[in-house]
Amino acid sequence: MSAALDRMEAEDSALPNPGSRPAGEEDRLREIWKAPKGWRILGAINNTYIGVFYIGTALLFFVLAGILALIMRTQLAQPELDLVGHGLYNQLFTMHGTVMMFLFAVPAVEAVSVYLLPNMQAARDLPFPRLGAYAFWAYFFGGLTFFCTIFVGLAPNTGWFMYPPLSSSQYSPAENADFWLLGIGFIEISAIAGAIEIIVGVLKTRAPGMSLDKLPIYSWAMLCLAVMIIIAFPAVILATTLLEMERAFNWPFFIAERGGDPLLWQHLFWFFGHPEVYIIFLPAAGMVSMIVPAMAGTPLVGYRLVVLALIATTVLSFGLWVHHMYTTGIPKLSTGFFAAASTAVAVPSGIQVFAWIATIASGRMKLTTPALFVLGFLFIFTLGGLTGVMVAMAPFDWQAHDTYFIVAHLHYVLIGGMVFPLFAAIYYWFPTASKHALSEPVGKWVFGLMFVGVNVTFFPQHVAGLIGMPRRVYTYHAGLGWDVYNLVSTIGSYMIAAGVGLFVIDVARRFRFSFDDNAGDVWKAGTLEWLNNTSYGTRSIPHVRSREPLWDQPNLGEDVDKGRYYLPASVTGGRETIVTSPIEARPQYILQVPGEPCWPPILSAFFTAAFFMLLTVKFVMLSAICGVLAIGLILYWMWATDPGQNHPPAQIGGGITLPVYATGSVSHSWWAVSILLVVIGMIFTCLLFSYFFLWLVNTTAWPPQGVTLPSTIWSLAAGGLYVGSSALIALASRRLAGAGRAPSVPWLIGLAVVLLAAGWVLDLTAQWRTGLGPEDSAYGATVYAILSIHGVVAATAVLMGLYTMARWWSGRLDAVRRSTFDNTMLFWYYTSGQGVAGLVVVYGFPHLIGAA
Amino acid sequence: MEHRSTLDGLTTFLAHPRRIDPRPAWGRLLALPLLTTLSGCQGVQSALDPAADDAGRLALLSWVLFGGGTAIFVLVMALVLVAVYAPPERRRWLGSSRAIVIGGFVFPTVTLTALLIFGLSMMRANNASGEADPLRIEVIGEQYWWRVTYLEDGADPAFVTANEIHVPVGRRVQILLKSADVIHSFWIPNFAGKVDMIPGHTNSLHFTAQREGVYRGQCTEFCGDQHALMVFDVVASEPAAFAGWRTRQTRDAAAPATPFLARGQELFIRSGCGNCHTVRGTRAEGVLGPDLTHVGSRRSIGAGVFPNNAGTLGGWIANTQHLKGGARMPSYGSFTGEELRAVAEYMESLK
Repeated sequence: MSAALDRMEAEDSALPNPGSRPAGEEDRLREIWKAPKGWRILGAINNTYIGVFYIGTALLFFVLAGILALIMRTQLAQPELDLVGHGLYNQLFTMHGTVMMFLFAVPAVEAVSVYLLPNMQAARDLPFPRLGAYAFWAYFFGGLTFFCTIFVGLAPNTGWFMYPPLSSSQYSPAENADFWLLGIGFIEISAIAGAIEIIVGVLKTRAPGMSLDKLPIYSWAMLCLAVMIIIAFPAVILATTLLEMERAFNWPFFIAERGGDPLLWQHLFWFFGHPEVYIIFLPAAGMVSMIVPAMAGTPLVGYRLVVLALIATTVLSFGLWVHHMYTTGIPKLSTGFFAAASTAVAVPSGIQVFAWIATIASGRMKLTTPALFVLGFLFIFTLGGLTGVMVAMAPFDWQAHDTYFIVAHLHYVLIGGMVFPLFAAIYYWFPTASKHALSEPVGKWVFGLMFVGVNVTFFPQHVAGLIGMPRRVYTYHAGLGWDVYNLVSTIGSYMIAAGVGLFVIDVARRFRFSFDDNAGDVWKAGTLEWLNNTSYGTRSIPHVRSREPLWDQPNLGEDVDKGRYYLPASVTGGRETIVTSPIEARPQYILQVPGEPCWPPILSAFFTAAFFMLLTVKFVMLSAICGVLAIGLILYWMWATDPGQNHPPAQIGGGITLPVYATGSVSHSWWAVSILLVVIGMIFTCLLFSYFFLWLVNTTAWPPQGVTLPSTIWSLAAGGLYVGSSALIALASRRLAGAGRAPSVPWLIGLAVVLLAAGWVLDLTAQWRTGLGPEDSAYGATVYAILSIHGVVAATAVLMGLYTMARWWSGRLDAVRRSTFDNTMLFWYYTSGQGVAGLVVVYGFPHLIGAA
Repeated sequence: MEHRSTLDGLTTFLAHPRRIDPRPAWGRLLALPLLTTLSGCQGVQSALDPAADDAGRLALLSWVLFGGGTAIFVLVMALVLVAVYAPPERRRWLGSSRAIVIGGFVFPTVTLTALLIFGLSMMRANNASGEADPLRIEVIGEQYWWRVTYLEDGADPAFVTANEIHVPVGRRVQILLKSADVIHSFWIPNFAGKVDMIPGHTNSLHFTAQREGVYRGQCTEFCGDQHALMVFDVVASEPAAFAGWRTRQTRDAAAPATPFLARGQELFIRSGCGNCHTVRGTRAEGVLGPDLTHVGSRRSIGAGVFPNNAGTLGGWIANTQHLKGGARMPSYGSFTGEELRAVAEYMESLK
């Protein structure tokens, strides 16, 4: 122990940049990172600004969706009230659920991390600021437009899980459902962009020395969250795509008469929908694991157990989805399996709850407002967790399912598991962004009103559900014993509203955005976000030696502020942050970060939103123009990336010299493309799942009678073209790496583009020639869905190929400066592989089952 | 039907010898502090007031879950209080990794495993087909009502009715569940758990009613505009009474007994009601809407929305879209008051 301490002290004395810094260095740093003034602040892409905008927008949606809930509670205050009719009510609950889940909860947890993660890991910015800005603005424009549909009666009205056939064109012919499918489907893209940013941010932009075992629990939680997003969200993206294709083109994926199955939607939706709950809960748990140690004044007890619990939750969350389908008549055997898995997921939550209790017990809990919200969270979440175990028991769920018991349960879990931690987090981290902390006395009122309000609102609903009240009813009959529970619920909901209202007023009064004289470390916490942070993060980037560096390295704050740690100045003259290795956090290279204001991501986000929204209302021409503009702007912004070795390697202190550019698996962009391919791969996997699922529904008609399979020659030819195009890309890669600028490189890529496109056309022609139509049967629909989605991926690859050729001709691609090429190559290999996999299934499977 | 007071509830509870009370003694004790809850449990649509074997088992499971859940919740909250308020030396034991492993891993693993074994054993017994010869009823969910077909049962012929289900006490019943349009869910909480009605699928639900009475079922899967008003009545009666009901239901509709009722029938046919509705024994043979052969015998109209009498029937015919907007039946506002009364009284006479 003492030897370790000695060594630590020895290292401490060896600061990377001892001695004083040159005059004017800090001013230069400040100048480089200065935010745009006035309205141009909207062009800011720095994580702090985007983070604050993002959190503010998410809270706006929280308030808006809360108002919808108040209207509903007022309507249900008494039986047979006529305040709002069924038409509006059905939009209200659909919008309340949809907005809370997709426009508040997921964006809010991502927003907090956009703001916090870099500070907590002492990075100057996230690795992809432009992508972060794009994700935020796409969500902002798309979300607000989507919300406004309620004012014109076009809001979705079939419940937030949009079960077909109710949501199909036959039973919901109006555009309400399309707004959900296109609007929410596209906001998922923004969530995925955020997840990519978070994974690369957590793994690649940390303070030197912050190895995985010293990573703040919050970062661990965000890593788990982002992994869940990239695996789970593709399922709902695919589901919405299939349903939209069914609505728009009459392809019968879910129409029973033509071989589709409504249950396919439920599987896809809940494969996303259940992890969604943990996507919301894990970041909140991560926040709690940061707040509890600070309030108790002691490190988290059971750090390793909590990390294991987070990982276990991530894994288990993918094995639970069927517990939303206990009443659909699925076999008892699978019900038993999913009941067991659903029960098991309580264990990791139990570990975390006890880790927090243990931490509180081993320290001294200060009962500040954040601490109260944490304690309120423990109360509400534990209760919600216990009712969760109840509904995991399939037989109990047969009674409770789709009643107010479930309404109560899910609100206990989500408000307990997410809203209370979020409020704790806002009270806790507010001083890092504002000149004043929030008022403690007012905060206690906010807490009291919300805590009592939540219990008064939702506890009686457990009873109402068990004595027969179904969810999603706009009214109910008197005399069923439900009246009093509903009235109490309504009173409680107004208490919550009063609490939230008081909070909004306090924020408006106390929030003065400030870097340089913010309230600072008012809680005496131990993690890096409590160092003096400004627009460029910390003055110098600390070397981390423990999990609570501010507690364990007493002089850390001053040394950081005096520039005695890494990278105290800009070495390239622009914005930059250190990229580190994923496990040990050893510095690898200096990432050059774009400056501000930066409009292309924001404009392309606007046009992307416009593309989807105009498509929804069938302004096809205008929509297409917006789509082209969006893609054009993205390409324009991409053009400035991949700068190459535009500066010599630079010293960051401590004898470390880093390059300003990297390629291959060291590069942050390589990681991002790899993660993107996981997302696309999941979409395709879910599509193949759908193919096999629908086969199980139609085992005797796969393919249906009268449909002949194309000759295998076609599939071999198309497969050959796909593989050939990849071989050409591999050849181009070798030519590119050779000495001199081999002029064959762009031509090889161009030929690969032709082969890939030809392969797809051949693939499509082969099916078309047999007379198979996508509208005829579920078989036809899935075959063409595989072709279509592969077509979209292949078209993206083609666009990337053409872009890479342009980079070569403009002199921006060579043996060293080749990130663009490497990313295209990665994408290409995946695309070829996906094409071959599609061919194997579409041609091979019917042969395998002997149907051909 | 009325909401009973606590005292009434308890009295009924004690006085009713046939009431199935699945609560173990401690369960009842636990419920005492929640007297309002207890009184609320009883009702025509309550999972906690079982009147059939399946619901009885589920209610027992529920009380076990509530009891265990309450105990664990109190324990965890007590530990939180200890962690926050106890003097440091009294809470030191709680601040260790060992406490996390025991409280967060060992304890839940053991209790949850036990619970799972108990819960899953219950699952096998539930909704099991049981006897070889159940009473078979097919129910089709339609936006926003229930088409009920009693299948042939021995010598008894099949017949069609709507929005009301009668079952004999003591005999296994099998309900075959289908949908004509979107997904619905069939739930009689006093009898059994719910099962969904999904297009393209036929699900099935079994139960054995054990207590006579009138109960209520409701759609529990959101199915569109009037999901909230998709209700049905359930009557459990002694086998002899049930057989009598069945015999009456298989008969054709009674001929109008008075000239006024005959005028009602004539208006019914002339106005095209028969395009959608069947009244067996007349020219009305439509199948889009509920069978009305014995509509007058039913307890309610509009799928459990209004009590059944000539007044509500008349109001319903004239104002369907106002009373249940989005239902498939248009409002027939063109009848004069007298005509409307004739049609309504004719309907009421179809006992």
